[in-house]
Amino acid sequence: MAAKIAVLSGKGGTGKTLVSVNLALAANKAVYVDCDVEEPNGHLFFKPTTIKKEDIFVKIPSIDKNLCTGCKKCVEFCKFNALAYAKELIVFDEVCHSCGGCVMICPQKALNEKDKFIGTVKTGISENVKTITGELKTGEASGVPIIKNLLNKVKDEKELVFIDCPPGSACTVMESIADADFCLLVAEPTVFGSHNLEMVYELIKVFKKPCAVVLNKTTQEKNPSEEFCIKNGIIIFQKIPFDQELGELNSNGKIAVRENYSKKSLFYDLLDKVREAVK
Amino acid sequence: MKRLVILSGKGGTGKTTVAGALIGLSKAKAYADCDVDAPNLHLIISQKAEPKKTDFYGMQKAEISQDICTKCGLCKVKCRFDAIKNQNGKYFVDMFSCEGCGVCETFCPVNAIELHKNIAGELFLYHGNSVFSTAKLKMGSGTSGKLVTEVKKQLSQALNDEKLAIIDGSPGIGCPVIASLSGADAVLIVAEPSVSGISDMERIIHTAKHFGVKIAVCVNKYDTNEANTKRIEKFCKQNRLPFVGKIPYDINAQKAINQGKTIAEVDCSSGDAVKKIYNEIKKIIFEN
Repeated sequence: MAAKIAVLSGKGGTGKTLVSVNLALAANKAVYVDCDVEEPNGHLFFKPTTIKKEDIFVKIPSIDKNLCTGCKKCVEFCKFNALAYAKELIVFDEVCHSCGGCVMICPQKALNEKDKFIGTVKTGISENVKTITGELKTGEASGVPIIKNLLNKVKDEKELVFIDCPPGSACTVMESIADADFCLLVAEPTVFGSHNLEMVYELIKVFKKPCAVVLNKTTQEKNPSEEFCIKNGIIIFQKIPFDQELGELNSNGKIAVRENYSKKSLFYDLLDKVREAVK
Repeated sequence: MKRLVILSGKGGTGKTTVAGALIGLSKAKAYADCDVDAPNLHLIISQKAEPKKTDFYGMQKAEISQDICTKCGLCKVKCRFDAIKNQNGKYFVDMFSCEGCGVCETFCPVNAIELHKNIAGELFLYHGNSVFSTAKLKMGSGTSGKLVTEVKKQLSQALNDEKLAIIDGSPGIGCPVIASLSGADAVLIVAEPSVSGISDMERIIHTAKHFGVKIAVCVNKYDTNEANTKRIEKFCKQNRLPFVGKIPYDINAQKAINQGKTIAEVDCSSGDAVKKIYNEIKKIIFEN
């Protein structure tokens, strides 16, 4: 079974999608999974042909008002304050975590579960890359169930898998890296970049994942992220220099290794190192 | 008090850079960093006083007493979060997956499971000439939306009668963003002229509209792709959203940040652009 590589950064906008999209395409045969379900962007680059679209639902309680006696056992039970009783029982869908506890506990069997639509998962093809993209419906709070669905699809994948993670270091990131064999951290040369690199490095230490760093947008100026790597003995796999040509391709949704980009080798070299690391 | 939240959808468009400059320009006495899983505002707004620190308790976590557990496995069956693991015949709670719902505790036939308090982060309150509320999520904890709510509560409680509070938000459209939007008067979206930036801007605007707040848009690094900047301006016009300005790409911005300064403190083109944005957004916040 081939390896899963999670691409993450802590800080947003450091180049996670740039790196994962280019690596997936450079790998010739690979799977790209967009776990940034709140703001998925990989599809803007791959422009894949969709072969399958799936709606994602979570379970929320529905009330049979004829059976509810107002005992409030469910209200007392719910740790997320998703149920309240004011003249009658009310459910706050947005804060429900779908634990099912209220339904299990109701002595009158007045609660049942119904589906709530929270987003979609699309599988597509772009050249030799299989793309799997999750998209959270706007207004919904948690994309975690969508991420679970995405990663379930690549559980037994034979090809190399690149997981484009959300920014930050909270639950959606934890879920995205849970099954990863290797973590690639993308950092930019600012104190913001290094501070968030430090946080996400702490996170992957908690999860005991092997990792390496890609320094993006490097210049001649001092690079706090590079200093952090050196101080902590973290391997730097690649430096991608700040480059208007690459920036412009990227801002127009073009994939550097697919275009006539003069420094394509940066991504092929990086891919070799990643392959070596997960061998 | 009026609350202005800085958001972007996409990460790294310059929320904190803009928020820091607006705090400096408006001389705001109240501000907060709601990006609790990647907080950075403290790096450019220096504080003289030491912060008051408070532990943040997230959702409780279940724990199975191995002495009492009869290994019936009912907890594993009932748990919706796949948080109960079976290792060598023994049942354990995976702390990262447990959401603290209490189903396992309630249904364990021998009362072997208890929920325990769980420190999921730390709140910081700087109270000098101004009030600055921020926090840091503990790595491996999930409940960032709840921590955002605590950051905002901490800010409100420390204030008397301020006119304006500036709140730096987080990327995305999910629970921490929703938590930062609730109770806001206005949102300033910092967009980026890339196909990703535009797609994400549209999604955050759609999300913010659920909250009935005033929405204004500015573009950062507008000259890196002027065609896309025009698309953003056009989008704003079509959707009747005030477009309050554009900031050029400016290497001095990066230098200022790496020196721990806001772009309003140094003489640079990006700083000048934010001054214009400040004058525009001020009108929008305080108009009736």
